[in-house]
Amino acid sequence: MMAPEPVLTSKEDLIPYAFDGTAALSQMPGAVVFPRDAEQVSRLLQWANRERVPIIPRGSGSGLSGGSVPTPGSVVMCLVKLDRVLEVDRKNLTVMVETGATTEAVATAVGAANLFYPPDPGSMKISTIGGNVAENSGGLRGLKYGVTRNYVMGMEVVLPQGEIVWMGNKCVKDVAGYNLKDVFIGSEGTLGVITRVLLKLIPKPAAKKTMLATFAEMEKAAETISAIIAAQIIPCTLEFLDRTTIKCVEDFAHIGLPLDCDAIVLMETDGHAAVVAEESARMEQICRAHGCTSVHVAKDDTEAVQLASARRAAFSALARVAPTTILEDVTVPRSELAQMIRFIQNVAKTDQLRVGVFGHMGDGNLHPTFLTDERNHAEMEKVEKALHKIIEETIRLGGTITGEHGVGLAKKRFLPRQLGETQLRVMRELRRVLDPAGVLNPGKMFD
Amino acid sequence: MDSTNTSAVSRLKGLDYRVLQQCMHCGLCLPVCPTYNDTKMERNSPRGRISLARAIADGRLDLTPEYAREMYFCLGCLACTSACPAGVNYAEIFEHARAAAEEARLLNSPLRRLIRWFTVKWLFMDLRRLLFVGRLLRFYQAIGLQRLIRGSGVMKLFPKRLQELEAMAPDIPAKFSAQLIAPVTPAQGTRRYRVAMLTGCAQDLIFSEVNRDTVEVLARNGCEVYTPPRQSCCGSLHGHNGEYALAQELARRNIDQFPPDQFDAIISNAGGCGSHLKHYAQLLEHDPKYHDRAHQWDAKLKDVHEWLAFIGLAPIKDLQAPKQKVTYHESCHLCHGQKITAQPRQLLKAIPGLDFVELPESNWCCGSAGIYNITQPEMAGKLLVRKMEHIKATGASVVANGNSGCLLQLVNGAKQTHQPTRVAHPMTLLAEAYRRADKAAGKS
Repeated sequence: MMAPEPVLTSKEDLIPYAFDGTAALSQMPGAVVFPRDAEQVSRLLQWANRERVPIIPRGSGSGLSGGSVPTPGSVVMCLVKLDRVLEVDRKNLTVMVETGATTEAVATAVGAANLFYPPDPGSMKISTIGGNVAENSGGLRGLKYGVTRNYVMGMEVVLPQGEIVWMGNKCVKDVAGYNLKDVFIGSEGTLGVITRVLLKLIPKPAAKKTMLATFAEMEKAAETISAIIAAQIIPCTLEFLDRTTIKCVEDFAHIGLPLDCDAIVLMETDGHAAVVAEESARMEQICRAHGCTSVHVAKDDTEAVQLASARRAAFSALARVAPTTILEDVTVPRSELAQMIRFIQNVAKTDQLRVGVFGHMGDGNLHPTFLTDERNHAEMEKVEKALHKIIEETIRLGGTITGEHGVGLAKKRFLPRQLGETQLRVMRELRRVLDPAGVLNPGKMFD
Repeated sequence: MDSTNTSAVSRLKGLDYRVLQQCMHCGLCLPVCPTYNDTKMERNSPRGRISLARAIADGRLDLTPEYAREMYFCLGCLACTSACPAGVNYAEIFEHARAAAEEARLLNSPLRRLIRWFTVKWLFMDLRRLLFVGRLLRFYQAIGLQRLIRGSGVMKLFPKRLQELEAMAPDIPAKFSAQLIAPVTPAQGTRRYRVAMLTGCAQDLIFSEVNRDTVEVLARNGCEVYTPPRQSCCGSLHGHNGEYALAQELARRNIDQFPPDQFDAIISNAGGCGSHLKHYAQLLEHDPKYHDRAHQWDAKLKDVHEWLAFIGLAPIKDLQAPKQKVTYHESCHLCHGQKITAQPRQLLKAIPGLDFVELPESNWCCGSAGIYNITQPEMAGKLLVRKMEHIKATGASVVANGNSGCLLQLVNGAKQTHQPTRVAHPMTLLAEAYRRADKAAGKS
């Protein structure tokens, strides 16, 4: 095999690559390699096609749908050593990065030039840009600024048979041919290996204001969010945490989150100072009109950052109360939020399951997280049944089974229900054209 | 698998499985782990190491020398525990993993056995022996033999590693704590508290003056300080290096010597020791005779910065204080182990004339990590270079730090990189400030 050192094959080396950030999914790979450039990725893929060896692309392994969990005998292609930030272009407002650079490294590098890369997934301190593009990651700022897809202007991809292709450019407009790069964004490592990305940047907002509202009932919080959207206010962030999640996050972060309420809503508005002042006043008014118990304004940037970081830690913090945390990612039209939350709470109650709910409420993107123990098989079965009910209800309400985590292995069984046979067939055919030997991340998303 | 190996595995199995299962492998520990940062390989990361421990507990992996080597490659800096939202008790996993490795004799070479016996089992079990060795070293330095040997180039005949170790040997002060500090130091002014002072082992050997300064600052803040001349090691060296039973023995000795109910606080001025000293209850949880007192002990044990910030520092008035720029490097076991971050900064900022600047990556390990700089010189060296670059960039003339291991590492770092930066414990800077203020007021 044409791979640079080291090639990992010992049991002690491989066990830590048997999983990613997803609960209860694990499979030993056959080897792990660390390519240093697109050329090496290409040679590895050509070898894999000759030898019919599955290749599993991986960044930092923080994914939440099992997208980088190995298949038996596969070679994990770990891209974290391809991690340079190559060029911040202040004239065109772009940044060129290698695939393994972390989201935070990119945000910091462009921040030094007073520019802004908005997508900020919960794992941004460690998640890689390549992983973000492959999963089309969202984050806390998705409501106003969109998701990773909205910032990809170009990328270098190694196709499954080893051809290296560059798609896109620094032009704001470009309609030459099909927009192929969009097919690779969110392809979860099944259509090609992303090695370099050209990202769009925007100017740093001049001002921002962060607020925290508390509610005695979860549903009131959901209604408030729907009302803010209906009032045509699009703040940067509209996040919520339920009681269980608040307690776990406070146990970790110690920033004085209120523990005596059923839900908190974290709101952030940014932009021109006058707009920020007006939007925050209107949001506060709507919160009060919908029965919030208090509204607190972050006193400075430090507190605002603390609140956002605490929110990002929500999922991991829930592991404080249960050994296994089964995280959902359902998303519904924002008018249906209150209904969806009521449904989740009822399912948990009737099935006697513990659930912590948090998420990007402004996007309609919920993360109900079942708190369980993978060794308790009876309860795991109940969780599985509850998941099915939640998925059914999501689809009934016009929602989607995954808003930002991807399908991978975790949502694979629900995909046909979401897409229908025709869409799935077109996807299968597309994949077969690009990867006839089926070497790239086989078994993920669909068979 | 032979029987020692089985019992060592059972040490990991005996660990509450919830401790292992607590890790939900989100990866948020990776960016703060110095070894992962260097190699970018998962087994060199906290979640990787936890997954290996879990594999052993599950019977999917044998207790192998590779695993033991991995656990000794870990610095034990505990930066992962500050980053972990799930609250994984990595310190416990780390100590049990190394103890299992020692029990199964996985890294058994005659030389390693000899060195471990000499240091962990002999030298640090009775500090009179340590101080005796210290005197020999002092003699070697005082009569000019060290200078002579270093100047003669004769060291070049020795293996490179030995040359490096010789260069790392600290300057031994003329007097140890017992000669500098009275068994009972009265409080200045009204006695508000009665505290015990733990003088430590390496601390006493190399930084006895820091101990004297600590006692002085405590006394100036209304504490009567009890400092018996003969003390024991805290056992952190033993606990972190797989000698669980010896660590327990030392814990019992300390509890006997300093009955916690007789003091308002038991003071440690070394972050690494303090972090271990605060967990005697966990160490002695199966010892019915000591268990209750160990709990009391943990509650009374205070890092000196923590204690002074709690009781309120007596103000230092000195308008003529010289201006100096000071930065602060955090001891891992003070900030990650004990979560004490604000207090040392607060104390430093109370010193007149002092211009405090933050050190980038202040809570990133300097590579000292107990005896890590001796056992893993390559990784430790990289971390030291990184640290010294950051210190240089601040432009500070003084770097403050609250742990003897780090102090020594930074002194060596400054020497290696030819930086004129002074390395000092915050207690030394405080004691100096008090003395200067006295002088300015014409008291002495």
